[in-house]
Amino acid sequence: MDLDFRAEDLAFQEEARSFIDTHWPVSLRTPRGVNSEYGKELPSTVRRWFDALIARGWSAPHWPVEHGGTDWSPTQHYIWDRETARAGAPTAAPFGMTMLAPVLWTWGTPEQKANFLPKIREHQMSWCQGYSEPGAGSDLASLATRAVRDGDHYVVNGTKIWTSGAHAADWMFCLVRTDPKPKKKQEGISFLLIDMKTPGISVTPILILGNQHTVNSVTLTDVRVPVTNLVGEQDRGWTYAKALLTHERTGIAGVARTQAEIIKLRKLANDTQADGACLIDDALFRTKLEEVEVLCLALEMTELRTLAAVESGKAPGPESSLLKIRGTELQQRVSDLQMEALGSYVAPYVDPAREGDNELPIGPAQALPALRGMLYGRAATIFGGSNEIQRNIIAKAVLGL
Amino acid sequence: MDFNFSEEQRLLGESVERFIQNDYTFAARQKIVGEELGFDRTHWKTFAELGWLGVPFAEEDGGFGGGSTEVMLLMERFGRGLVVEPYLGTVLLAGRAIALAGSRTQKERWLTRIVEGSLLAAYAVTEPQSRFAVTDIACTAQADGAGFVLNGQKAVVLHAASADIYIVAARTSGARRDRAGVSLFVVEASNAAGISRRDYHTVDEQRASEVTFTNVRVGADALLGNVGAAADVLERLNDEGAFAVAGEAVGMMEVLYKNTVDYTKQRQQFGQPISQFQVLQHRMVDMFMEYELSKSLLLMAAMRLDKAYDDTARRAVSALKVQVGKSGRFVAQNAVQLHGGMGMTEELAIGHYFKRMTVIDAQFGNVDHHLRRFGSIAA
Repeated sequence: MDLDFRAEDLAFQEEARSFIDTHWPVSLRTPRGVNSEYGKELPSTVRRWFDALIARGWSAPHWPVEHGGTDWSPTQHYIWDRETARAGAPTAAPFGMTMLAPVLWTWGTPEQKANFLPKIREHQMSWCQGYSEPGAGSDLASLATRAVRDGDHYVVNGTKIWTSGAHAADWMFCLVRTDPKPKKKQEGISFLLIDMKTPGISVTPILILGNQHTVNSVTLTDVRVPVTNLVGEQDRGWTYAKALLTHERTGIAGVARTQAEIIKLRKLANDTQADGACLIDDALFRTKLEEVEVLCLALEMTELRTLAAVESGKAPGPESSLLKIRGTELQQRVSDLQMEALGSYVAPYVDPAREGDNELPIGPAQALPALRGMLYGRAATIFGGSNEIQRNIIAKAVLGL
Repeated sequence: MDFNFSEEQRLLGESVERFIQNDYTFAARQKIVGEELGFDRTHWKTFAELGWLGVPFAEEDGGFGGGSTEVMLLMERFGRGLVVEPYLGTVLLAGRAIALAGSRTQKERWLTRIVEGSLLAAYAVTEPQSRFAVTDIACTAQADGAGFVLNGQKAVVLHAASADIYIVAARTSGARRDRAGVSLFVVEASNAAGISRRDYHTVDEQRASEVTFTNVRVGADALLGNVGAAADVLERLNDEGAFAVAGEAVGMMEVLYKNTVDYTKQRQQFGQPISQFQVLQHRMVDMFMEYELSKSLLLMAAMRLDKAYDDTARRAVSALKVQVGKSGRFVAQNAVQLHGGMGMTEELAIGHYFKRMTVIDAQFGNVDHHLRRFGSIAA
């Protein structure tokens, strides 16, 4: 047991920092940050950053080496996550890179691996997740989107909802029901890869708090999907879907990003006057700030323990629910404190649809991104399996209740 | 002790209730906030006709002679309907400033028109650095002959763009944070030379502006009250403002917990309404309790304020704002959570209550500010 970085870790940290400083320089680190919901075209600064990562072999560091990943130790992953989060460097949307890729390299056919993994790794293909339906949210296994075999195709009909990035995605991985009368509802579900250009797919935006467009509803009408796009076995999709969700949850926890937000919060409190002093010196506020710092440390250590376990060969299990619950609660708490720090300047808002490029901020520069983050962040305890559902998972799978 | 409303108060409450139910549906409200002005002048005329614009003013000033209880009855219902008309700025802040500090002539000139609905007013007190300290005023008013010259910036001034007059706090003497030396002025918006605005929308879909005064000349008749002696009025208006938005928040909490109960009874998952899950039942019980506790402190503050504006009343207002800050956040956040994805949408009302609640917490002092103030006033 030793928490200190070894010499090679310190060397890696230096290497990572210098790489980030070169390819995501300070001049790009604006308070507004980079919107992680990219449209069809990546912004040119983001594209250049991704290209630099690809050239260095670091675009998918947590992937196995045989698929173009790295052989980093848990400590190196930890260092990389912290350094990139601190610099606000762009990250890939999680759907292809973090969630689908492990399913493909575990259960995909050789053709699926060859067709999709390199493009995902090189940010040439964006994905969305066709899981939730109007009648199947927390109760995901009751999904009703039908896929009926017709020769070499499945014909898919149904509606998916809360589909992040569907408006910009090239492909969707989608849970469909292939057996309408299974013994258990978790059976008879299949995992299909669907090209979003296929006729019969229509995407409708759903605006969320503050008129932000990230999610959509997706209607599938007689969409013909080649059977070669079935992942694994027909009717066994629930197994793959669940494995994917544990990867999603670990990602949602986002401890490194929250740490970066806490640093911003500290700076905001330093720059904010309150009763003739700095807000950071206000005992009540400071106590709350220090409380989130303590919780963040506890989560960081928990994440490291999980990471180390994964590295030694265990798949992330129900512990990922712990990280999801506490990680999202912490994110929301930090957002709430950012709102407190803003005082009156919590109110001004710029609708994304009306936003000009060079508009001067109203109040502190971080106010608008923090406000948008707070609004969007309310979804974090809902998506990826609500925190109520995560507690059920821990109760059952960990405590045996 | 008597928790019953008078007949007049009951009728006022019912008339506001009817307006909200019949004329202020969520769809109608969303149409209003989508327009450039951000509120409905026809509704404003209705408010005038029904006497609501005169509620907190004495009868001799052309008002209805109401007090905090009447304001509470209005604001709770405005909260339920998420009303966006500039009642807070024009009537409860600017109007009350004139009522508290103005001369007979000034009241006749301005209050009469506010009550009849022909004059809109904005309350321009807070500055970028002031946070919740009402006498943290850097804006200056220099004596110039018989009048004054104003310079400085005001932050997040609600409905400044549509205001006919501004009530401006400016420093006639003393250092930036001194309690003494702050004066109040009525500045006509038509006095446009020297007044510049940056207009914007707020997250709760109201309209506000950063307003800058550059060498704005006003006559001696613009001064409200005595030179340098506005601090007490500003503190009182801040308490009245805190009380008003707390009332609004209590109305909002009532809608939020009730709508959540209704929604969970409708929403089916795992073959049953999600209201059957005990963990959600307990959450909704907590939401209900937060609402009730806030309501209790709202009633207490109304009764204290109606009796006298003294330390007891000030303490009651701070207690109320602390409770409402905590309860409002809990209730609004959990209403979104229990509505799931639907609670996140612009389409459903729930998210709009959530956004308004976020702003209310920061208006007239947040939880920490009022917690500290509560402790500083002897019981």
